[in-house]
This record gives sequence, structure tokens and C-alpha cells, in this order.
Amino acid sequence: MAGIDIEGLATVYPNGVRAVDGLDLHVADGEFFALLGPSGCGKTTLLRTIAGLENASEGTVRIDVADVTRMEPGKRGVAMVFQDYALFPHMTVSENITYPLKVRRVAAATRTATAGRTSSELSLQGLLERRPGQLSGGQQQRVALARAIASEGKVLLLDEPLSNLDARLRLEARTFLKKLQRDLGITTVFVTHDQAEALALADRIAVMQNGRLRQLGSPREVFARPANTFVANFIGSTPMNLLDGAVAAVSDGGSVSVANGSLPAATGSVPAGAEVTVGVRPEYLTLSDGDVNGPSLRGEVVVAENLGTSSLVSVDCGGTLIGVTVPEESEPAPGTSVVLTAPEQRVLLYDRESGELLAKQPAAVG
Amino acid sequence: MSATTEPVPGRPARVRGPAQDVAGLGIGRAFGFVAPALLLIGAFLVFPALWTIYIGITNYRLTGVEAVSPSIVGLSNYTRALNDALFHNALWLTLLFVLGSAIIGQNFLGFALAWTMRRARPVVRRTVEALVLLAWILPSTVVAYLWIAFFDRDTGTLNSILGTQGTAWLIEYPMACLIIFNTWRGTAFSMMLYSSALQAVPPSQLESARMVGASGWQTLRDVVFPHIRGHVLTNTLLISLWTANDFSPFLLTKGGPNHESETVPVYIYNVALQGGELGYSSAISFLLLIANLLVALLYLRLLRRRS
Repeated sequence: MAGIDIEGLATVYPNGVRAVDGLDLHVADGEFFALLGPSGCGKTTLLRTIAGLENASEGTVRIDVADVTRMEPGKRGVAMVFQDYALFPHMTVSENITYPLKVRRVAAATRTATAGRTSSELSLQGLLERRPGQLSGGQQQRVALARAIASEGKVLLLDEPLSNLDARLRLEARTFLKKLQRDLGITTVFVTHDQAEALALADRIAVMQNGRLRQLGSPREVFARPANTFVANFIGSTPMNLLDGAVAAVSDGGSVSVANGSLPAATGSVPAGAEVTVGVRPEYLTLSDGDVNGPSLRGEVVVAENLGTSSLVSVDCGGTLIGVTVPEESEPAPGTSVVLTAPEQRVLLYDRESGELLAKQPAAVG
Repeated sequence: MSATTEPVPGRPARVRGPAQDVAGLGIGRAFGFVAPALLLIGAFLVFPALWTIYIGITNYRLTGVEAVSPSIVGLSNYTRALNDALFHNALWLTLLFVLGSAIIGQNFLGFALAWTMRRARPVVRRTVEALVLLAWILPSTVVAYLWIAFFDRDTGTLNSILGTQGTAWLIEYPMACLIIFNTWRGTAFSMMLYSSALQAVPPSQLESARMVGASGWQTLRDVVFPHIRGHVLTNTLLISLWTANDFSPFLLTKGGPNHESETVPVYIYNVALQGGELGYSSAISFLLLIANLLVALLYLRLLRRRS
């Protein structure tokens, strides 16, 4: 088992595009690590550079201390599962799983044993003699995983592991994948554009944009305290409210004026009067119909969207629409006058220009 | 009374509905569309073929009494062919020619070019493709002239390059020259066919093989070849048939020296027009047709077993 160390890595395509642009990253031994970002952010290129399928233009990649930057993919001790699984259609499941061993000229008896063991680990018993075309999407994925595991790499790379499955199967496969990774304890890096998938699976997430790292942290950190407005926008199934505001008070119980009211905020070192972007997640806002103590916003319910166990309510606060989630059954009717407020540590202040998180408030993680 | 006629329940009106075929033409009109093509095929392919079979059982000659009133000789042309050493020689040379220039030469060179050009820079790829294609699209007479100049004993390019002035390549090594010539001439087709076949191999499967450390040969054997098997069969059949029927060897060597490069089509020509024995040459033509048919049937069988 091994960690991955990436230093100053850049991958430049012949047309001059810097798909990965000066990246430093450390993936710990046994960690389940997500590369997350919108399409074209360089996450897949980064994964392929770790695999050796793309050549690094600058910087180094180390796997288990050894520098593999210029090494052939087959010699890096890395196994990869492709987005389309890349199973060989003319081989049986068993032949597919043991193909890495066949390449290394491992004896047939050992290969059969590996096929048996790996297939039971991935609940593929009874399918060994089938061809990939006769399997469901979920089974194909497990065969691809089995093949990757059978190659006994030190690191497992997954390219969009769940994107080829339909919605219901995806949840099942997600649970399966997380349990498998825990059981095997193999260092795993996966690429996804789906923030929910990254939050659900990963121990740590690297959020990328334009080939650069925008935030690195645990799912909780990335969700609760996005380091910048890009991450704030990208993470979360309901978008974070990003509102123009100004610091109103900086003493204990500081506040920011937003829209037609104000919200409590730990302003830290941000001076009073500073123009900021105020970020607050709909999930962290509370909606009430009576007066509340402390800074709050008043508005009128415009529309409520049902999300299943909760509803996303859009509230018009003096011309600014603010989203807030409320539990099911307590959804206010459109037109109702409401008051919004949020806990101080959930209101984040971003620099208006750079979009970076201001005021290193004490982390409200936990 | 209503002006419209109500259909009687249970007895649908006998209306001719739209034709049930994909294009909605119906048999009559569909036949109308293919009739011109069928007429042309009948006039220029089926009739000559049947005529050849007929001539093959006569003693028809180019000149003389038999040219005016040929008589039916039954299968004697065929029995003659079975014992004709020159025909056996022609069959053997055709086999060599097909094996060397088509099955091995064009197939392997075409695949090698397609495989290496896959990752080459577009400029290189396009240049190579254009050059290879040029060899294919030039008229046979032009190409034959170029190769005669290339192999020429006194002023040939090959002798200048190798410094072997005085070597008459087309006389000393006629079959080797023909095989090289035809490989050069026909590789374009295999290259293009394999180029498009290789695009059907999913890149992720090639990369999967690369990830597990498969060598180039292992990748070809385990990943690429199973994907393009059908293409290999199709290509091999087509180029084999074309090569077996190819007449351009005549343009280079006329079958000589002393029948050393006389493949079956060249032999047929020599028998018919040099020897004037049209009946006998027709019989041999028919035998060549049968051989081609057998190869095609074998191929179809292989292809069907695959799927």
C-alpha cells in the first residue's frame, strides 16, 4: 500500500492547453480521494497523468516514495478502471479478471484461483464464464473493479466510476464501492463531476478548476466552509446563496448587512464597512414567521420547490432572492411574510474581488 | 343518403394499402428501379460468363477453320488442362503471387502502416497516406512503365542505388519483382481498410492493456486482433481475389522469361491471343472462376462461424 505525492505537476497538451497547471497534492496511504470539478477542469487529465497515460510536462509524481513520472503505466503498480469499464468483449469474465496476470505469464492454476477469489469478493460468482455483453451495467463495473484488484496494484484509479450506471443502481454501487475500498484499504483516487458522489464517497476531496486546485479538504470542510465562491457554487445540491453585503459590526456578535436586513457573522479581522460577498447555504438558514432576536432578514415567500424530505423556498428580501430549505410539511405558502436568520458560524464572508474566503474564523466543523 | 360509402363491418374494403417493405415501394416499382442495373449486369457479366462456359467446350480458335465453324469437343479442354504442365506452372505461380504479394505483402504492410500512422502527426500521416494512395490510383500502364524503368538492366534506378549495373531484375528474379511490385501497388486498400478498422477499437481497451503492462505484441493479439478479425477476413478475401485475377504482371514481364512469371490470367491471355486457342483459354478461365468461387465460399463460411 502506498501514498501518492504530486509536486508542481503540469500536463500541457500539444495545442498549448495547460490541462493540469502546477499542482501539489498528497494522497495518504489507504485514502479514498476524490478529484472533483466541472468538465474541462483537468481532473481526468490529472488522473491519467498519475496513471502514466498522459506525460507530465513539469513536476513529479511519486507513488510509494518511488518517482514514477517517466515510468511506463504498466510498471507503476497502478490499476485503473475506465469510465466505460473497457472490458474485453471477446473474453469471458474470468479471462477479463485475470488478464493482468496473463500478461505477466502467471501460471493458469494461480489465475483460476485469483479469478475465484476476486469474483467472490465482488459477488460475481456464477458469472465467470459469461461474456461482458451478457452482464448488466453494475455487473460490468464489478468485473472492471475485479480486474483492477486482480492486478494487485498499490494504487487504484477510477475514472467517473458511477457515471455509466442508471440513477438507482448508482446509489447501490456507491455504497458497494465505499465498502469495498474500506475492506481492501487500497489507496484510491477517483474522478467525478458529481459533487454528491464526491461528498458521499471520499475521505478527502480536491476541487479543481482550470487545472488548478481550488480547495482540498474533507467532505465536511468542503461543504461547510468552501474556500472560495467557486467551490461554494459547485458543492451542494442546492446552490449556496452568494449575496453582496457589507460588514456592519465587528465586535462580539458581528454582523453583515445583506439585502434589506443583516445576518450575524464572525467577522474576524475584516474591518467594518468592508464590501464582501456573503455566503450562506440554504440548509443553514432558518425560516420563521415571528420576530427573532439578533440580525435577520425579512422577506416574502415567492415559490417553494419540493425536494422530497425538504423544500427549497425562495424568499424575496427587498428584491434579492434567497434560498432556504425547510423540512417537509412546514413549507410556507407563497406570499407569506417570513424572517430568515442563520447561526453566526454558518455565514461565510468572501472577498468581493477575488472570491476567496475572508476572516479565518474558528472552524465550525463538527 | 350519404354520399360516402360506409365500410361494411367485418368485411374491410379492398383498399390497396401501402406496401409493407421499408421504402414503401411495392414489388413492381422496386423491380423497376433495379431493372437497369440487372440488364447491365446481365449483358456485361452474366452473358459473357455463360458464353465463356460455352466456348470452353468447343475447339473455337482465333483463326482458321475452327474460327468459322467451331465444333463441340465436350470436356476435352478440361482434361487437357489437368495434364498441362504450363497450366500447373501458372497455378503454382498464381498461388505464390497471391501468397507473397496479397496475403503477406499487402496485408502486413497495410496493417503495419495503419497501426504506426495511427499515432503519427497529422502531417506525416496525410503525406504517407497520399503517397500510398497514389500507387493505387495510377493507371496500370503508367505504373508498369515506372517499374520497368526502376528494374531496367542498363539504366534502372534500382541498379544505380545498389551499384549492381547489369543485373536484369525482371529476367533473373521475375516473380520476386512481381511480388514487390504488387505489394507496393495494392497496399493502399489494406492500409485504408485497417485504418478505419482500428478506429473501431475502443481507446480505453488499448489503455487498459497498457495499464496492466501488456507488450505491443500482447496488445495486438489480445485486444486489437479480436476486434478486427472480420476486417482481416474481408480484406484478405478481396485482395486475394483481385491479385489472383490481376493482369498487370503481363505489363512487366509478359509471363516470361520462359513462363517463369506466367500467372493464370497471363497464361489465359497467352493461350488465347498468342496461341489463338480461344476454346482452351475459356476452359481455363472457367477453372479460375471456380477457384475464386471456392475461396469466396470458404471465406463466407469463416465469417459466418465467427458471428
